[in-house]
Amino acid sequence: MNSEFLGIVASFLITLLIAIPLGRYLAKMFAGERVWTDFLKPLEIGIFKLAGIRPDEPMDWKQFLKAMLTINLLWLVYGFFVLIYQDKLPFNPDGNPGMTPDLAFNTIISFVVNCNLQHYSGESGLTYLTQQFIIMFLMFTSAATGIACAVALFKAFRDKTTTNLGNFWEFFVKSITRLLLPLSIVMALLLTFNGTPASYEGKGQFISLQGDTVNVSRGPAAQMIAIKHIGTNGGGWFGANSSHPLENPNYFTNMVEIISQMIIPMAMILAFGYFIRRKKLGWVIFGVMMVGMFMLMIPTISSELGGNPNIAKMGIQQASGAMEGKEVRIGPMATGYWSTLTTIVSTGSVNGMHDSTMPLTGAWQLLGMMINGFFGGCGVGILNYFIYLIIAVFISGLMVGRTPEFLGHKVEAREVKIAALITLLSPFLIMAGTALASYVFVAHGNADWAVKPSAWLNNPGYHGFSEMLYEMTSANANNGSGFEGLGDNNIFWNVSTGFLLILGRFLPIIGPVAIAGLLAKKKFIPESAGTLKTDTVTFGLMTFAVILVLNALSYFPALALGPIAEYFSMPK
Amino acid sequence: MKKYIIQSIRLTVALTLLLCVVYPLLVAFIGKLSTGKGNGETISVNGKIVGYAALGQKFDQPKYFWGRPSAVDYNAAGSAGSNKGPTNPDYLKQVSDRVDTLLKYHPYLKKTDIPADMVTASGSGLDPDISAAAAAIQVRRIAQNRGLSVEQVTKLVEEHTEKPLAGMFGPGKVNVLKLNVALDALKK
Repeated sequence: MNSEFLGIVASFLITLLIAIPLGRYLAKMFAGERVWTDFLKPLEIGIFKLAGIRPDEPMDWKQFLKAMLTINLLWLVYGFFVLIYQDKLPFNPDGNPGMTPDLAFNTIISFVVNCNLQHYSGESGLTYLTQQFIIMFLMFTSAATGIACAVALFKAFRDKTTTNLGNFWEFFVKSITRLLLPLSIVMALLLTFNGTPASYEGKGQFISLQGDTVNVSRGPAAQMIAIKHIGTNGGGWFGANSSHPLENPNYFTNMVEIISQMIIPMAMILAFGYFIRRKKLGWVIFGVMMVGMFMLMIPTISSELGGNPNIAKMGIQQASGAMEGKEVRIGPMATGYWSTLTTIVSTGSVNGMHDSTMPLTGAWQLLGMMINGFFGGCGVGILNYFIYLIIAVFISGLMVGRTPEFLGHKVEAREVKIAALITLLSPFLIMAGTALASYVFVAHGNADWAVKPSAWLNNPGYHGFSEMLYEMTSANANNGSGFEGLGDNNIFWNVSTGFLLILGRFLPIIGPVAIAGLLAKKKFIPESAGTLKTDTVTFGLMTFAVILVLNALSYFPALALGPIAEYFSMPK
Repeated sequence: MKKYIIQSIRLTVALTLLLCVVYPLLVAFIGKLSTGKGNGETISVNGKIVGYAALGQKFDQPKYFWGRPSAVDYNAAGSAGSNKGPTNPDYLKQVSDRVDTLLKYHPYLKKTDIPADMVTASGSGLDPDISAAAAAIQVRRIAQNRGLSVEQVTKLVEEHTEKPLAGMFGPGKVNVLKLNVALDALKK
């Protein structure tokens, strides 16, 4: 058995070993039952007191969303101005400049929405102040926002009929104090003791063996890299993200980073089952997601291990697989494994450059982001999947000819309309965005922007199209990875993806929470022989089929023009 | 609505204290106990820092082992991959040129001896490692250039070949900087 394979098997098993008990813990903790982290209560009481919040105040779905949107809007405005004026603010040891308004617009949205698409490079585009007070702050709060909204959904189905979805502030703060912060502290220390910088000193300097003077970017990186994975954020301290040897110094840290980005998305699914006292439903959803994950992962790894046929033709050995854009200490197998996980859970951090992966790998990465419901980001994974569930319930209901029900509540026209709109939103944003970009590229190649459209693409042909498709998909999915060859720091990409980011984040949160709120209000219908059972393998398969059909219909044409066409243009 | 705005502002202040001041300072403080004092581990020769253990540096002189091609020329102030796609004709030309350069400096090699990591750029542009195969193909050149025996250099490479994590997980590798420092210290 080769050691690269054992490495990913071990990573996977450790992920399960952590995620399963974590799911049980989260369900108990959010339900207010006694858990071992109760010693943190004084900290939470202090925070609530400082903020003037009464955490036991019940909220209906409208109040809940209002509170969520208010604080997110505040961060948008505040962060935008800090980014623009970062050059005039303290903690800028490397003397980096302020952001242009369009870049600041894109960046602040990108981090508020948990996407972490980066049109700058961390080393030169931000200061220590903005890295920590804006970027890292939002990494915590955007993950906590997602988790809090998911818990509102849980709450809707715990009791028979209710208008109370819980208190946004309570879920939000507890997500940080009881989950994100403790995990981040442990992980940041693991990274620091393996060689990731954590101090506040500016650039280091040395004279190399050959006599070159080299400046080394560093800074308090470990703290941010921890939460970037725990909170499925993905934005790197350094431009090269987790392929950078200071962000990810060895195979051990690589395992830590890949495990840490999966545990909360997995745990949240199981927590749903435990929280609503339907353990089996949690496991059925978990199973469907797992199957989906492997269907994307196995072909990804196999296409990376096969190496680049064009390089094989030159007679070069590709013993471990395709090496362009990959690091020796990590290897193509662990990079393939990571690239699947980072695209399905919307982390978007990379330990190898996606732009240089094989064409079919690119197709699977894109598809993972387009589906965006196999585990998915912190909290939002289950919200996205909930939309698929509602559509599956509706279609099943039509097939057997009775009013569809979900967990004892009638699913009627209003809920299905919301679900259908959310389903249509993603393909619309991705396709329209890519179409617009292609049009500008072809028809306005010489527009006078920071990067001329004709110079956007780092690769010609089908692959160039994939670069644009990937950027739009990543923005809509709030993923944040990129085919980074794309010259994206200019007004077109900053503004267009900025809008995609914000629509692709908040509508798919508002939709499911609204549906949950509407359903929870309705009279509870006890289960009878005629009830469609949603916690069965059959219904799991039905949901899986719905996911496949919806996404295949929506995205196949675009994928055919990009990665699939590129695949067929390669020598066999 | 106004209530939410005020609560939002106050909560943001409270959390900023916790997440942007207490948390990072705590980690930085404990990090002082790590090998590199939270600055990353450095390597020194005669008391002078010659590089970071984790960061690759540029080696193109014939007396040193070479690392992988880099899209940023090993300038550690930044970092990036080439982001070249697998079918890009310019990129394939570049790879083929790298093969020719290697063959020129290692006339004893055949194309099929060359491992992919020596002709492809890394993800970060700062990859500190090469594969054992990539070190092996350079041994004869180094030996000739330094007037050492092939056995001596081979032994040094073997000593510097790192096993997978716990002997089981992930790839093996050779840290180019550490190898070259050891090479400089080697007596004839």
